Amino acid sequence: MFGYYLDLAWRNLRRHVVLTALMIAAIAFGVGASMTTLTVLHVLSRDPIPGKSHELYYVQLDPRPASRTGDPAAGEEPVPQLTRADAEALLRAGRADHQAMMVGGNAGVEPVNEGGAPSALPASFVDARWTSADFFAMFQVPFAAGRAWTAEDDAGAARVVVITRELAEKLFGAVAVTGRSVRVNGVPMRVVGVIDRWQLSPHFYDLTSGTYGIAEEVFAPFSTSRELRFGLSGDMNCWEDAPDPEAVGAPCDWIQFWVELDGKDRAAAYHDFLVQYSEDQRKAGRFQRPPNVRLRDVIAWLDHKQVVPDEVHLQTTVALGFLAVCLINTVGLLLTKFLRRSAEIGVRRALGASRRSIFLQLMVEAGVIGAAGGALGLGLAWLGLLAVRHQPTDYAELARLDLPMLAATVVLAIASSLLAGLLPAWRGCQLPPAIQLKSQ
Amino acid sequence: MHILPILSTLRRHRTTATLIILEIALTCAIVCNAIFLIRDRLSRIDLPTGLNESELVRIQITGIDKNASAAALTSQDLQSLRAIPGVRYAACTNMLPFSSSSWTSSAHTEPGDRSTRFTAATYMGTADLLETWGVQLVAGRDFTPEEYVEFDALQSGQAKLGSVIITRQAADRLLPGKNPLGQRLYVIGKDPQIVVGVIDRLATSTEGQGMADRNHAMVFPVNVPYSVGGTYLLRVDPARRAEVLAAIDAAIARVDHSRIVLSRQSFAEIRDDFFRQDRSLAYLLSGVSIALLAVTGFGLVGLASFWVQQRTRQIGVRRALGATRGDIVRYFQLENFLLTTAGIAIGMALAYAINLWLMHRYQIARLPAGFLPVGAGLLWLLGQIAVLGPALRAATIPPSIATRSV
Repeated sequence: MFGYYLDLAWRNLRRHVVLTALMIAAIAFGVGASMTTLTVLHVLSRDPIPGKSHELYYVQLDPRPASRTGDPAAGEEPVPQLTRADAEALLRAGRADHQAMMVGGNAGVEPVNEGGAPSALPASFVDARWTSADFFAMFQVPFAAGRAWTAEDDAGAARVVVITRELAEKLFGAVAVTGRSVRVNGVPMRVVGVIDRWQLSPHFYDLTSGTYGIAEEVFAPFSTSRELRFGLSGDMNCWEDAPDPEAVGAPCDWIQFWVELDGKDRAAAYHDFLVQYSEDQRKAGRFQRPPNVRLRDVIAWLDHKQVVPDEVHLQTTVALGFLAVCLINTVGLLLTKFLRRSAEIGVRRALGASRRSIFLQLMVEAGVIGAAGGALGLGLAWLGLLAVRHQPTDYAELARLDLPMLAATVVLAIASSLLAGLLPAWRGCQLPPAIQLKSQ
Repeated sequence: MHILPILSTLRRHRTTATLIILEIALTCAIVCNAIFLIRDRLSRIDLPTGLNESELVRIQITGIDKNASAAALTSQDLQSLRAIPGVRYAACTNMLPFSSSSWTSSAHTEPGDRSTRFTAATYMGTADLLETWGVQLVAGRDFTPEEYVEFDALQSGQAKLGSVIITRQAADRLLPGKNPLGQRLYVIGKDPQIVVGVIDRLATSTEGQGMADRNHAMVFPVNVPYSVGGTYLLRVDPARRAEVLAAIDAAIARVDHSRIVLSRQSFAEIRDDFFRQDRSLAYLLSGVSIALLAVTGFGLVGLASFWVQQRTRQIGVRRALGATRGDIVRYFQLENFLLTTAGIAIGMALAYAINLWLMHRYQIARLPAGFLPVGAGLLWLLGQIAVLGPALRAATIPPSIATRSV
């Protein structure tokens, strides 16, 4: 029967080419626009580190002076980052399974030749991250050669560095370069590890240096970077006058601190530890406010920072509105089309076709339009994403159709056209046979 | 022309009529909001900065940290840049409007005061910065050479800043009703800065919290080295801009070739880059609006044609009873007008509701009432254009149809 309905649908669609084309085009545009924006939304709100996003937590404390305007409003957000004093204290305490302090920076890197002679190669200026030993294990950084530096290196401000595969190839023409030296901002440092291709998007561990498409190429111990006063990037906020905002005791927040905690119990225990720490700092006179701590896992942190740009949400909303108009339009046109065939339907009913089979037949016709519109819409979505990728946004590279979105497009197209066909087909199958025959 | 027969016909096609009204309402609501958003974005693109933009060129450079020599290199660089033919002024600054980095400080009128919440963009720069920018002093004077301090000395607390130039908007907000000249502001360090000059307008570097504080800015006489902001500014003869741009790399390399010039851009290019996102959203919304109107328009044509075909006999009878062709055309036009009007009425309410939601969700301003007539007019026009073809076809139906098929 289905084959026969398909054949009927095909004949009917061909009879009104313009109307059919109009309906297919409307569905295709609606689906294409919706899928383009939904795909962008989907890739931008993807879990950056699946499997670990509920084990990594971002730490916030509130070391600001008591506000003069009255008692601090309950639930007020603490400062977004840690001071150097607190970050170093929490790192020393080592109460989590893993912990890492970090800040963004920049570095001019030059290779040092075997004999120690300066290289003829010009320096590469790259983004850097000054962090501590656990960073690599926590964020699942793959190594192509060598390994991470150790906690002893952190404590001793060792002149060690981890570089990316690309940088190693650029500087030395090889990947296995552990043990060789590079000059970082003019200072010779030993390469202990080379990391393989790795990029977390969104760049959740430090959103102050950008959200998408960020990748550092040089990693060195935080302690070393401060001893050598390497350049910083990111946000720094001081709540009191600070002659040297990078000093240990400075009233400035500029360091990100992440901990890895296995399970909710460990997280609750660490939260208690942070409250206790704040309380102790208040007793010691360093903090003035009552304990105000936040411990958010990756997903909660991304939600809190609202990383997906407003533009993307807005575009998605507009596209879905567009799809709605296209669907209403299709309902209207299908209704017109089916009712125009009242006579034919009347004849088929009179010859014994049940309401059910008329309904099915009309739905098949709607489904064919949906399938055609969906196929065309998929092409349009592909074109739309191509256009998005040519936009100069930092997330442009991410905008690609993946398998789930591909399937979703097809489902959306057919579901929406069937939905659009529902009312017209229902009205069509309700037509009484007798009247239609009489009026002939 | 009587409305009643039209209404009774429409009542018989209740479902179709409802669908059309719904479609027009949705289209009207979306298009009204889209036009409003487009205008909002486009007005942002033209945001004035107070700078003489057509003559400005920005150079960004980087080099391996040699902090000790950066200050000396900076003044040599500036000298070398000023020597390029076509360069009128050159200065080094920590930031520029529409650049990615943003320096802000809070300012107070009393020492140690933490109750007032006033923050403003903090510009620092070498001598000639005001001339390089081309900003207008409306009161007071530019900095004197003695007032400039070295950035490193300021950072380590060895030097004190004695003066500041602020924008008129910042003065109005911080020192309402007073002559700002000679007033003390507490911004950097424990000692006050005296306001020596007021400039007409200077935009903050990046997007502020809202339009209100976009022109809250302060300028300090600080010799910033290129290693801090990495930004050199040139005011050039616009006619010789290309020539100047081509000579920049050599001028920098002459001083010390270990640095890299990251970019050399005219201000127009900087503005272009900064607002690219806004522009692409405006394009997208225009595209969607046009597509929406097209879909709705073609949908109306389709339905009108169907109705004309369905009522062929009815039209024939009316023509036989003496209705002119004009009467038939006007019938369909009026019918369309009634449907569109109903759609627009619902669409207005919907547009307002969508706007309320946008205001809540994205901090977008209230839709000005003026946009509603624009949307309404657009849809009335669209409806009339869509119905014209089918209506004219209806008018060609001969009266004899009435007698033929019965």
